[in-house]
Amino acid sequence: MSEPMTAGADGGIAAIAEAPLQGMITLRGDLSDDTIRAAVKSATGQKVPERGMINTADGVGVCWMSPDELLILCAHGDVPDKLHQLQESLSRVHALAVNVSDARAGFILSGPHARDVLAKLCPVDLAPDRFAFGQLRRTRLAQVPAAFWMLGEDRFHLICFRSQKQYVSDVLTVSAQPGSAVNVWSKTISGT
Amino acid sequence: MSTRLATGGRLLNKGQPLQFTFNGKRLRGFEGDTLASALLANDEMLVGRSFKYHRPRGIVASGAEEPNGLVNLGDEGTFEPNQRVTTTELFEGLTAQSQNHWPSLDFDIGAINTHLSRFLPAGFYYKMFIHPRPLWKHVYEPFIRQSAGLGRAPKARDADTYEHFHFFCDVMVIGGGVAGLQAAKTAALTGAKVLLVEQSAHWGGRGPVDGGTVDGKPVDNFVDEIVAELDAMPNVTLRKRLMGAGVYDHGYVLGYEQLRDHAPETPGPRHRLWRIRAGHIVTATGAIERPLSFAGNDIPGVMLASAVRDYVANYGVSAGDRTVVVTNNDDAYLTAFALVNAGLRVPAILDARVLAEDSAAMAEAKALGIRVMMGHGIAKVAGGKRVTGVGICSQAGEGAVLEEIACDAVAMSGGWSPVVHLWSHCGGKLVWDEAQAHFRPDVDKAPTGAAGEAFATPAGAAAGEMRLADVLTSADQAGKAAAKAVGFKPTRVKPPVGETPEEAPMQPVWLMPQGAGPALRGKAWLDYQNDVKVSDVQLAAQEGFESVEHAKRYTTLGMATDQGKLSNINGLATLAGSLGSSIPEVGTTTFRPPYTPISMGAIAGEARGEVFQPIRRTPMHDWHAANGAEWEPVGHWRRPYAYVRAGESTHDAVMRETKNTREHLGLLDASTLGKLIVKGPDAGRFLDMLYTNMMSTLKPGKCRYGLMCSENGFLMDDGVVARIDEDTFLCHTTTGGAERIHQHMEEWLQTEWWDWQVYVANVTEQYAQVAVVGPNARTALEKLGGMDISKEALGFMEWADGELAGFKVRVYRISFSGELSYEIAVDAGQGQAFWDALMVVGHDLGVMPYGTEALHILRAEKGFIMIGDETDGTVIPQDLGLQWAISKKKDDYLGKRAQERSHMTDPERWKLVGLETLSGAVLPDGAYAVGEGANANGQRTMIGRVTSSYHSPNLGKGIAMGLVLHGPDRMGEVLEFPGTEGATYKARIVNPVFYDRDGEKADV
Repeated sequence: MSEPMTAGADGGIAAIAEAPLQGMITLRGDLSDDTIRAAVKSATGQKVPERGMINTADGVGVCWMSPDELLILCAHGDVPDKLHQLQESLSRVHALAVNVSDARAGFILSGPHARDVLAKLCPVDLAPDRFAFGQLRRTRLAQVPAAFWMLGEDRFHLICFRSQKQYVSDVLTVSAQPGSAVNVWSKTISGT
Repeated sequence: MSTRLATGGRLLNKGQPLQFTFNGKRLRGFEGDTLASALLANDEMLVGRSFKYHRPRGIVASGAEEPNGLVNLGDEGTFEPNQRVTTTELFEGLTAQSQNHWPSLDFDIGAINTHLSRFLPAGFYYKMFIHPRPLWKHVYEPFIRQSAGLGRAPKARDADTYEHFHFFCDVMVIGGGVAGLQAAKTAALTGAKVLLVEQSAHWGGRGPVDGGTVDGKPVDNFVDEIVAELDAMPNVTLRKRLMGAGVYDHGYVLGYEQLRDHAPETPGPRHRLWRIRAGHIVTATGAIERPLSFAGNDIPGVMLASAVRDYVANYGVSAGDRTVVVTNNDDAYLTAFALVNAGLRVPAILDARVLAEDSAAMAEAKALGIRVMMGHGIAKVAGGKRVTGVGICSQAGEGAVLEEIACDAVAMSGGWSPVVHLWSHCGGKLVWDEAQAHFRPDVDKAPTGAAGEAFATPAGAAAGEMRLADVLTSADQAGKAAAKAVGFKPTRVKPPVGETPEEAPMQPVWLMPQGAGPALRGKAWLDYQNDVKVSDVQLAAQEGFESVEHAKRYTTLGMATDQGKLSNINGLATLAGSLGSSIPEVGTTTFRPPYTPISMGAIAGEARGEVFQPIRRTPMHDWHAANGAEWEPVGHWRRPYAYVRAGESTHDAVMRETKNTREHLGLLDASTLGKLIVKGPDAGRFLDMLYTNMMSTLKPGKCRYGLMCSENGFLMDDGVVARIDEDTFLCHTTTGGAERIHQHMEEWLQTEWWDWQVYVANVTEQYAQVAVVGPNARTALEKLGGMDISKEALGFMEWADGELAGFKVRVYRISFSGELSYEIAVDAGQGQAFWDALMVVGHDLGVMPYGTEALHILRAEKGFIMIGDETDGTVIPQDLGLQWAISKKKDDYLGKRAQERSHMTDPERWKLVGLETLSGAVLPDGAYAVGEGANANGQRTMIGRVTSSYHSPNLGKGIAMGLVLHGPDRMGEVLEFPGTEGATYKARIVNPVFYDRDGEKADV
């Protein structure tokens, strides 16, 4: 992987940093199937999440991506083993597991106005009571596909396609420019 | 003259004087001024020239409806034309220039048009410039273009930034006047999430100026209190300087927030376009006062009565020392009172109505010593660039002047029209209110959502409720209705009670005096900005433009930047009068967003400069850039076209790369090719349907080139398919095809073959893929070491997993060049390191990277087709001699039936051949071959066209492919291809495989 990039102008309304390497496996299958659910649990220690949710701890977990697709998160170096383990345990069911770790780039977006930055680019309700820890959203970020979830209050993990890393970094930087806080989520920051 | 008063000005901070310039003149205003109030304070009443006649134009309004006060604002990177002075907040150092005048605002040559107005009637352009036809292009249009437009177009790059913002709420209230505030509060009390937006910098709308009491307190106090209450509620978002610009389907609203227009020194974006999803919308957009149509109503100094009192109350500015008020209603009396209370003179109130007894307002006026003249109006206004007096007439008569009154301002009021724009944008209907002579929202015909439910409710003056008490009641009801509509339970809190003095009914006046003759009608303006007069609309009606939409376009009424906010109703009434029909029968024109013009920057948002378009970069992008790559856009990807060395032309580089690849070793970054994993028990069956070939018979470890057609039989993509295991295939697509073909597969799986067990995953970006091409390719890989890539171990069209120089790789032995060639996939994160390793081992083997143009030449030398060159959406595989790739054993595949239709099997279809110029020159790409005779349109008969054409350095001549009528049957024939600039190329039809026809080079 190339050198981690940090983006965002001085005085920007949120900090933008490239996320550390993250192992990712796309798993497609019938999410109600017991074999698949057991395989996911065994590979990640987490249950298959409900629609729009992510179950994760310390960078290992599982994201709901669509009615028949999950994204398994693990350490980048663990992917071959996890993939092998999944393929073994799923050999008797119709399922597809592939490594997509290098197909993606990731960013950590943080700060009290991180929500503002995302809401400028994504057609998502980012009000704190509508998007919270535990949720995952696949969406459009300006002109490209992206997904994000929360790592904690005011901290987002965002993934996009690798080829669009520079664009996403640039567009996050533009949207986090100094003086561009929207001040809409918190009355204490806002004032009118 | 207009001037600043010693006292008054509730919005001013007189402790903060500001300097600004207008047409180069240095002027002073205060913090809190609009540019309009500051100009008036400096006696700059004349602010522009009208569009057609270049008539002097003064400020007429005090808000968004202003038609005249448009200026060029700022300069260089912050220059913007057509900025309304009434909504532009004054800031230190503001610079403004008036528009549409030459050589100066005061003395304008174009004003001659006003004397020619007899010759410039409605529809003048249509009538005049239609004949003779050729003159339009060469004479008329250039002339009209020069005189068109009000402001100048910006020349410098916009120095500011812009952004979008997505927001969601249960109830959105548009308009922060008394009605909007109350509706927001009522809705918020139910617990709904409420967004309240106000286009100006102040809450309360007209309330504080127009007076009255709420629960016994002045309106000012009510506004302060309710704003504080709302601000304290966690479920309410309040935004000023944010205009509800447009209402669209399903409660989608565009909001236009002006962040720095009033404070350009602050950092951040200038405008923010809010993209709002609202559960329910309350339109509390207020009302706009109508002008009266009398001769000379456009002379600077004639203003709306409400604007005159706004300037006094809000900004401590008087429009004139002596102001004549002319009205058809009681509301305008407030203006007379405000003026008199400010110590100014009101020589007369001309009231067109004849009432049996004085209204309360009339009585009050008389008590203040103001002369009230019932049944009277203005015959004409005296003055040129400024009002000097009015001639008074009887409203019932034809305009005989009874008396002349000297004055320097006229405050007119023709009644009030609700702002129904936002209600109407998405289909809300209107009803004609006879008593108030205006259109107001028809609450039974609201804009509707997906389930047919109303998603908007009007409130206050925007609903046609003009009295403070009714405004508050209506707002409360709207707030409750909105909350209820989104599932909240309204509370039983009583709304506050508003009180204002009793008013007598207004009487509609569409022309003053009602019997005005042609001379007066020709000077009675309806649309100030576009110069449309009562006489123009009447002429349009007379000439048969009876539909309001036609009359609008014919006369240009309401088509200026103000979109007829002042002129529409008066124009409709005039049209109705001319047609002898009623106003509701004539109807209104369509209200379209935005409410007032919004900046192009706000619409573009962040998408400019570096992030105008997402550029896709391969893992080796930076290396390419550092090594002279000239880029070719392929989809959103950037691929190296060629790596140009110092002192070398692009063409030289392409020739060098092409030759070197055939003679030594070339590296191509093939990472952009699409890679789709197709897996499942039905994967083979699925691919048999998608490709024209048989894929299910492919053995694991083998590759096969496949063609993919649309249902209509046309070739849409091609690529090499590798069978990974019994259940799994990897399908390569073209660079531009990855997402499209992925979607194509999902569509068939989800809609047609939903019961087939197949999953698809797009893994294009997981891999960096490098084509290692040329006679030294195997040696290079052997030097990397780690796996057996001998001819025996890895034959042509086979693949293997393994390791090369410690990299985990998948090696495909496939060739798009005709050379010995391997395409090697590594994890994208390893792509650059692997490329570097190849460059190192290739050093002694003559390695050079090559770009897409060399790739094209190499494949053309071999007669390989390229999707997008040989295909254009109308070409089928059979046209390209690809029958060998179409399975005859299969019952079906996508496109099979279509390819059996008569047009597709027609022997007259043009077929692929090679073309060689007799001179060795390069045929122009896309050139047509001409045959004998002409077609039905008298054009030369076409018998073929060039689809690919290059200079081949390996063959030392121009080579081309083309589609030619009966082409394969005409080998050796010479065709003529007319080129550009008179040249004609002669080319011989040859076999499309120019190089190594037996495929010996790849099979080593």
